[in-house]
Amino acid sequence: MTTWLASLGAWTIGAVALLGHAARFFLRLCAALPAACLRPRLIVDQLHFIGNRSLSIIGVSGLFVGFVLGLQGYYTLQRYGSAEALGLLVALSLVRELGPVVAALLFAGRAGTSLTAEVGLMKAGEQLAAMEMMAVDPVARILAPRFIAALIAMPLLAAMFSAIGILGGWAVGVGLIGVDAGAFWSQMQAGVDVFKDVGNGVIKSAVFGVICGFIALYVGHESQPTPEGVARATTTTVVASSLAVLGFDFILTALMFGAT
Amino acid sequence: MAAFVSFESLAFGYPGRPLLSDINLHAERGEVVALMGGSGSGKTTLLRLLGGQLRPDSGRVVFDGEDVGALNRAALYGLRRRMGMLFQYGALFTDLSVFENVAFPLREHTRLPQSMIRDLVLMKLEAVGLRGSAALMPAQISGGMARRVALARAIALDPPLLVYDEPFAGLDPISLGTIAHLIRALNDALGATSIVVTHDVAETFAIADRVYLISQGRLMAQGTPAELRASTDPFVVQFLSGSRDGPVRFHQPAPSLASDLGITS
Repeated sequence: MTTWLASLGAWTIGAVALLGHAARFFLRLCAALPAACLRPRLIVDQLHFIGNRSLSIIGVSGLFVGFVLGLQGYYTLQRYGSAEALGLLVALSLVRELGPVVAALLFAGRAGTSLTAEVGLMKAGEQLAAMEMMAVDPVARILAPRFIAALIAMPLLAAMFSAIGILGGWAVGVGLIGVDAGAFWSQMQAGVDVFKDVGNGVIKSAVFGVICGFIALYVGHESQPTPEGVARATTTTVVASSLAVLGFDFILTALMFGAT
Repeated sequence: MAAFVSFESLAFGYPGRPLLSDINLHAERGEVVALMGGSGSGKTTLLRLLGGQLRPDSGRVVFDGEDVGALNRAALYGLRRRMGMLFQYGALFTDLSVFENVAFPLREHTRLPQSMIRDLVLMKLEAVGLRGSAALMPAQISGGMARRVALARAIALDPPLLVYDEPFAGLDPISLGTIAHLIRALNDALGATSIVVTHDVAETFAIADRVYLISQGRLMAQGTPAELRASTDPFVVQFLSGSRDGPVRFHQPAPSLASDLGITS
């Protein structure tokens, strides 16, 4: 009984300490952001690395999610004789939920892991220590540009995901099944609100960008500087980012759409 | 005149595990000073204390009149600009070319025009004999070359203090001789002071002005290479000759073999 209590206590203390450590690191990272903004060249490089190279997986996934939404949405809607609302259903699902969330999950797997591995290996190769000894703060020089790039890339990727998904839904709904094209687009146009739906989706994906970027960089920076340590850190990034994204998505959805 | 770098009755350790105690050593301007000792004797920890990555539990580390352990972050960064450090395996930035690695400190700390940075980098690379490899990536060069590139990077800002962490580890005999020669030549050409942490006796004795021997976190002996060679202290004799047994035992402390194997008589 006492050992059980003791291990519960130890776990709690460990969790709180980790949270405190991560929060302090987050503040340190944020303090380094203004200076990093003065060196856009570094951000652009990272934007290319983590944004551009995530495009293909985001595009392909978005297309197929759109296909499936078109099929499943039509199946349900036509039972109630409202198949022409398919455009609205596809657009709202993507813009409000699937775009930000699925893009963030893919981003954590595609870009988050590479950020963690890169930073972890730089640490293992003493590159971060060498930078410290050259009087260059690695948080400002290495982590901050990557964090800003994740922050910029995430909403763009989510928007791309939603746009391609809508085209996928259109291709299946209108092209394959034969839903009226005019109804498809006009229902969408009438039912999707720029601020309430699209705007909230963008806010969500920006929050997810902060989450995925921060977790990937923090975990990489704190990884054990060994091959196993970096491997474990990469796994941790995917698991922690995915869970955090899903958890925050629920909270954000409740805050944004819960009252109405 | 006060020494350029000095450790004054320094002690350091992690909770329950003292690493260094009562360390007193100093390096004068222009000297090449070697800190030698077996693996795990606390040599690298001394360098971390000197660079301010660790802070001493008691005693002081003084660099050019400043107490390193008492500096805040900004002052520490100012101090590190006057300190060039060569890491054990070079620690080159693997995403940057040889040229960009050497240019890195210049780009971060100065506002020199591109053409001047280029000239400076080529001069530093020329000093280590690798001007022709400027365009290569770190993955494309050998371990010995990487160490020389890191050396060029360490001297990019012409620091008055050069610090080497195991510069000879894992090098072939030719690279080893090259690095040793460069350490001495650059020290004299730049008018710098060098601190070399190593356990390679032959190369170190050939270039060092003064040598400190460290074992188990304590200073065991000091002197010029000639003085140490003439020493009759058992530890010094064992370290220089590389004997298996001596004051440093071959067997680490353990319960008797019979009791570990469960043989009871």
